[in-house]
Amino acid sequence: MKFAIALFSAAHAPSSRRALLFAQAALAGGHEIVRLFFYQDGVYNASSSVVTPQDELDLPKQWRAFVSEHQLDGVVCIAAALRRGVLNEEEAGRYQRDAVAVGAPWELSGLGQLHDAVQDADRLICFGGA
Amino acid sequence: MAKSLLIISRQAPWSGPNAREALDIVLAGGAFDLPIGLLFLDDGVFQLAAKQDAKALQQKDLSANLQALPMFGVEELFVCADSAAERGLDPSAFSLEEALALTAHDITALIDRYDQVITL
Repeated sequence: MKFAIALFSAAHAPSSRRALLFAQAALAGGHEIVRLFFYQDGVYNASSSVVTPQDELDLPKQWRAFVSEHQLDGVVCIAAALRRGVLNEEEAGRYQRDAVAVGAPWELSGLGQLHDAVQDADRLICFGGA
Repeated sequence: MAKSLLIISRQAPWSGPNAREALDIVLAGGAFDLPIGLLFLDDGVFQLAAKQDAKALQQKDLSANLQALPMFGVEELFVCADSAAERGLDPSAFSLEEALALTAHDITALIDRYDQVITL
């Protein structure tokens, strides 16, 4: 089955951990993930600026490793990311900000990527919504 | 055939960017000419309350964006009548006249009609 996964909660939320576990289980079960789309506070899961205490789960780091290892299409909504200060190098340059908080394997793009994934996937699975 | 998507918007307009970001998904879907519906549920019905003063909160008013929905080709607009009643709101006074008031029972059937659902 082809899954699209949307994540709406911040990196420290339990639903964000569940999203990663679901994504890992989907691949382990032989399914395909057509795209991960991080929206609203979900953009924090792509931030390399998050510092997690040593004895706690570093979810942004785990997401980064997971997406890189499986060469997944990981998209962070650009409007949601700008609003929350999760900028990549290009956007930090565009808006003259000092902090670059997101880079490869993540791509900043628009909501069209969410709709595109919905059309492409058999199932859209959402985590961390209201 | 394109898959249909229902967005269920459950947050009040002034509780953060949630309501606006839910609406942005709908507007983007409309711009791509996709079959998309929007249901205002629970505190989401506050988005439709008339005479809101966004300036008092130094915010931008959502209602102008809501009025643009039919122009974006989004005509499947629904509001939960039970949520409105629980909050003392009268659906006939809502700022979005096009929104069809549904009971909780109707909403079960509505959700079933869509291929995918996002609740925000």
